[in-house]
Amino acid sequence: MTDAAGQLSANVVNFARLLRRAGLPVGPAETLAAHWALTAIDLGDKAAMRTALRATMVHRREHWDVFHQAFLLFWRDPTAAKQAVAMALLEAQKHKKQERAPPTSRRVAEALASPRDPKPRVEEEPPVVEAVMSVSDRERLQQLDFEAMSAGEISDAKSEIRRLRLPLDMSITRRLRPDPAGPKTDLRRTIRASLRQGGEIMDIARTRRVTRPPPLVVLCDISGSMARYAQILLHFIHAVTNDRDRVQVFLFGTRLTNISRQLRHRDPEVAFQMISHIVPDWSGGTRIGESLAAFNRDWSRRVLGQGAVVLLITDGLDRPRDAAGAAELSDSMDRLHRSCRRLIWLNPLLRWDGFEPKSQGIRAMLPHVDEFRPVHNLASLRALIETLSRQAPARTPSRRIAA
Amino acid sequence: MSPGLPATVSDTARLLAGQGYIADHELATTVHLALKMGRPLFLEGEPGTGKTEIAKVLAEGLGRRLVRLQCYDGMDLAAAAYEWDHARQLVAIRLAEAAGDTDRGALASDIYARSFLQARPLLSAIDPDQPPAVLLIDELDRADEPFEAFLLELLADFQITIPELGTIRAKTRPIVVLTSNRTREVHDAIRRRCLYHWVPYPDAARERAILAVKAPGVPEKLSAQVVAFVQALRGGDFFKYPGVAETIDWATALTYLDANDLAPELVDETLGILLKYQDDIAKIQGAEAARLVAMAHEAAAGT
Repeated sequence: MTDAAGQLSANVVNFARLLRRAGLPVGPAETLAAHWALTAIDLGDKAAMRTALRATMVHRREHWDVFHQAFLLFWRDPTAAKQAVAMALLEAQKHKKQERAPPTSRRVAEALASPRDPKPRVEEEPPVVEAVMSVSDRERLQQLDFEAMSAGEISDAKSEIRRLRLPLDMSITRRLRPDPAGPKTDLRRTIRASLRQGGEIMDIARTRRVTRPPPLVVLCDISGSMARYAQILLHFIHAVTNDRDRVQVFLFGTRLTNISRQLRHRDPEVAFQMISHIVPDWSGGTRIGESLAAFNRDWSRRVLGQGAVVLLITDGLDRPRDAAGAAELSDSMDRLHRSCRRLIWLNPLLRWDGFEPKSQGIRAMLPHVDEFRPVHNLASLRALIETLSRQAPARTPSRRIAA
Repeated sequence: MSPGLPATVSDTARLLAGQGYIADHELATTVHLALKMGRPLFLEGEPGTGKTEIAKVLAEGLGRRLVRLQCYDGMDLAAAAYEWDHARQLVAIRLAEAAGDTDRGALASDIYARSFLQARPLLSAIDPDQPPAVLLIDELDRADEPFEAFLLELLADFQITIPELGTIRAKTRPIVVLTSNRTREVHDAIRRRCLYHWVPYPDAARERAILAVKAPGVPEKLSAQVVAFVQALRGGDFFKYPGVAETIDWATALTYLDANDLAPELVDETLGILLKYQDDIAKIQGAEAARLVAMAHEAAAGT
């Protein structure tokens, strides 16, 4: 290897390291491919070089921006390359410390705190609690509004919630699995088995269609009026995300944020910490119409395929500025409704018996949902799970396919 | 590597252009690398930006046969890769019985011979007995996750393992092009094995060049106006933006209507070719269309 080639390959390795520090999933395979790609192009052509590195090292459109920044920073001045990596390393470490430290330090603090510390402890609730809690305690907990709970009760409620499972009605796929009592014959296995009998067919192998739960998309309002519920329901959503595949979760207040990747972290404390870093509009105002429109435009085609079920969690207390705003909200809801298999609206306001959809926002949204349910205490959450497991009622109006 | 592959990026661009495909520099570079490195090419992008077309053009330009696999939900091995001809196998078993043949081993190897195997697109693409292929796996996002898992072996090693027969390996690696419209996120494992490229909408100059090649009957002035109009549409807030395919259709339709100049009424009447959602059409019909037409006239006059 010549000196120049050696220099280049060292640079590629350093560049890969920089990308990795920036959070892109770049491994040795990508680095090797990048090396190889650089031998196939004219190195004097910077645009070609960028394309080559990008095609081999980046696998998602979302990562292009980060890549471009890193590329500019790194290749503008190759002699500063090492420095850049060192800087990035430092930067990343600082960042890392910031990102990781709080949950642990808080847990340490919590562990050291006096037992009377009212801070709710979340996931390390030992199962003993259940035995300690008396029956009447638990009953009271079931009926208590989330908003009226004390810190201790919230903590109990959270551990209850984490035990809930969401068994959505199964949808039938076109895949087959062996089943001795299945309705279809599997000729391939039948013939293979018959060869063991010298070609005599003794048994007919059968198959049945595989069923699997449909994809679930959760849209959760985190504006000021919903903050308390959202905090608790996030535990439920986190448990669901880790319990099954194909769950996409979005938070919205004034803007829409996809938190599916963060929620997939097993430890809820770490997951919520990461979410708080990327969600800027916690407990702020609410713009339901615009958030739903953004979802329809940017995400619906990507996550609502294959018969998804949508859980919309909001109190609907959006005050559209004018009739046009209400119409936009109604249109967005209509589009959302037509793009998914089932749209379920969970509204904590429904807890009051005399609740009437007076708010303009609620009236605009209500005609477009398949189900409208309360979600304000454990009992209602349980009831919700029961209905979700039942077969969806047939929908009469024709629907548009969004894809 | 089979002979005939382009040697440089500009050769690749020329190869594509020779078949009427106007690629930008980035796409040409990525295609070149995919050919050179023998890696699958994974193309994502909005519908109607020419992802599928690349595979067709490559097959045509390199003189290879095109093997196309259109994906759908629930696609299984029998539809995608291979299937045993069960009816013939059963007959063969009966014949062996009738002939008093009792050697089980011989019977098994007889009925699991290559001649009882029906090749579907994937197997056909790597069949060592057939000429080299371009394999197009179209709209991979429409297939379900289990199918992706099956693709992994094919994309990494260009081979398919059939339990009864053994492993079939390509003599000449097929050129593989995968496309996705992102109705679902394709798994990272697939992405890692491929070169990735996002196909964007073309800029005005490239779109005019594409129109000139794909719809040669369109007058130059009209074509410039059409492109300016469509480019303006893509800057607006619509549920579904028109792709290049729609631009070509629209320009062709306008020439069929003997139009030489874009006029608001004409646009209103033919919007259905460009926009495919009623909300989008309603948003633009009338005043907005007239405004955009005026803008398009100005932009076209400026070029």
